[in-house]
Amino acid sequence: MAAEDAPPAPRRPDPAETSDEPVGSGPPARTRVVLAEVSRRPHWPAGTHTELTQQTRVGEALIRGLVRAQLALALQLSAVVLVGLGGLPWLFAVAPSVGRMTVLGVNLPWLLLGVLSFPFLVAVGWTYVRLAERNEQDFTDLVQRPER
Amino acid sequence: MGNDLVVPAIVAVTLVTVAIGFYGLRLARTTSDFLVASRVISPTWNAAAIGGEYLSAASFLGVAGLILKYGVDVLWYPVGFAAGYLALLLFVAAPLRRSGAFTLPDFCELRLGSRRLRTLATIFVIFIGWLYLLPQLQGAGLTLATLAGSPYPVGALVVGVVVTANVALGGMRAVTFVQAFQYWLKLTALAVPAIFLALQWQADGRPAVTPPDGSTFRTATTVVVEQRAVLTLPDGQTREVRPGDELSFAEGEPVPEVSGVANGATDWLLPNDAGSGDRGLFATYSLILATFLGTMGLPHVLVRFYTNPDGAAARRTTLVVLALVGVFYLLPTIYGVLGRIYTPQLLVTGQTDAVVVLLPEAALGAGTTGRLLAALVAAGAFAAFLSTSSGLLTSVAGVISTDVLGRGSVRGFRLATVIAGVVPVVLALNVSGMDVSQVVGLAFAVAASSFCPLLVLGIWWRGLTDAGAAAGILVGGGAAVTSVLITVLGPALTGWPAALIAQPAAWTVPLAFTVMIAVSLATRRRAPADIGRTMLRLHAPDALRS
Repeated sequence: MAAEDAPPAPRRPDPAETSDEPVGSGPPARTRVVLAEVSRRPHWPAGTHTELTQQTRVGEALIRGLVRAQLALALQLSAVVLVGLGGLPWLFAVAPSVGRMTVLGVNLPWLLLGVLSFPFLVAVGWTYVRLAERNEQDFTDLVQRPER
Repeated sequence: MGNDLVVPAIVAVTLVTVAIGFYGLRLARTTSDFLVASRVISPTWNAAAIGGEYLSAASFLGVAGLILKYGVDVLWYPVGFAAGYLALLLFVAAPLRRSGAFTLPDFCELRLGSRRLRTLATIFVIFIGWLYLLPQLQGAGLTLATLAGSPYPVGALVVGVVVTANVALGGMRAVTFVQAFQYWLKLTALAVPAIFLALQWQADGRPAVTPPDGSTFRTATTVVVEQRAVLTLPDGQTREVRPGDELSFAEGEPVPEVSGVANGATDWLLPNDAGSGDRGLFATYSLILATFLGTMGLPHVLVRFYTNPDGAAARRTTLVVLALVGVFYLLPTIYGVLGRIYTPQLLVTGQTDAVVVLLPEAALGAGTTGRLLAALVAAGAFAAFLSTSSGLLTSVAGVISTDVLGRGSVRGFRLATVIAGVVPVVLALNVSGMDVSQVVGLAFAVAASSFCPLLVLGIWWRGLTDAGAAAGILVGGGAAVTSVLITVLGPALTGWPAALIAQPAAWTVPLAFTVMIAVSLATRRRAPADIGRTMLRLHAPDALRS
């Protein structure tokens, strides 16, 4: 049970913030409640890669690659929705006969919009979550490989 | 009107909400509880809570009302309300959670390091919050007026005062459990009566929704007109009616055609075709754009993402929200369609938003079943008003107390809550004629033209500068706000200006993106120096972080 939505108070440093983050072993690290001002310095555990944390050219290139991959994925799936759903008003406008078709006594537009669009959206979302997590896994493997 | 079960049902929902709020608050009030909670709460619970807060009066009452009135074209509202979560998932959810920003102004400052931009974002959060609160209060006024026969201002005042007092006293701090409970209550309150309605429709011999020679009244009906309209009677005569006019119709008498409503079978049943011109198509695409891209900019939606422990959980939670919201949105269509058969008088009175609460008794009769189901629906409607208004009010009061009053104290928060609550109540008492979903649609348009470009470009494009962001929000968001003000307060327009102003998103969203990118390119030197770090922080997988 949780009480969230406490009024954000960005200028008040949180005690949880200033304490040191546990690194590596022990209980899983706490989730930090951080508000804008106090949270500009990401804490990078010692085990992660100097390329990333120290903003070397290699690290920069790595993260750029990941961002590009994730953005491309998001854009591709948006295109699927854009065509799949966004094409419908246009389709109904240029081919009114499609709008008049009935399936099981229900007009096709009602069926497509009122019922089928929701599972379609969920399916696209599910695909995204899977592929985005795979992208991140690939990235993690790439970054951690030299050390293992 | 005298359903004696409605008021007890509403009171019960309100009391349970307040009680769980206080009880939950006592259980979890320290920062550490907050931290722990974000780890134990599963994505499913969290998603139900987000859905509970999101499904507002517009979803519960408004969508069905619009479907009753306009037919297939407005199915884009529920589709868009759900699809907004897909856009949120694809472009915002995980990076935003990793950014650590708690509110939109936080994100502005964190990403672009500008306090002035933070102030601008604050103003937009407040405006969107108020615009979104307005229809919640309207819906409350309408529901109580319809079911308990009270004057319209009573319901708006009651919800306004209850929610304001509750948030100010700290009882309803959007405790996850309360919001999750509200989701399931809302789903039940629409699903159970829908089953009974479908069975009743079967038992009545499946009356046609759009009979070839027009709808007829199933029982003798007397209606009191609420909105000015022109009726076209079956014999071809026209008659102008004004609010307060009383009309009587005998059983079996055809329903007159009402101006401004989709009347004929083709109008209502089929998408607007080439005949109705490009304006209809423009309005449809504009609505799609506003709802798809507006959800991510709603103040009460983003705050909730903080409950997720990390970016990956934020993504999974969003996916579950999408599914839960999608299930819910299957239901209003049933009410809108059956309303065409059982409550055609609403087309004449103009109070189409009341279809959800009136339909159970209209279809099933005023027996025990009908009255019980009507009370259940009313309870669900109040759950919608309470949960969404509380979430919005908490968000708005939060930014007012920290960014306007400048203090994070409890007293400051209470003062901010009262300020945040009074304005929409006053507005709601003066604006009653607009469709609930349309007002919400305007709030989405403003969010889509201001915060959507800010979030999407801020997360994915290194080149965004504070000047670019501010210019984009001012121009795009400003254009949307102007359109809203003209729609709500200005004179009635016709033709293309009306279409451009009533559904502005199709031009204001591209405008906001264009200005934001152009000004950022022109002020390239202002781009934050630590952008590499920020991008790393937004996008690096959770596994590498701790």
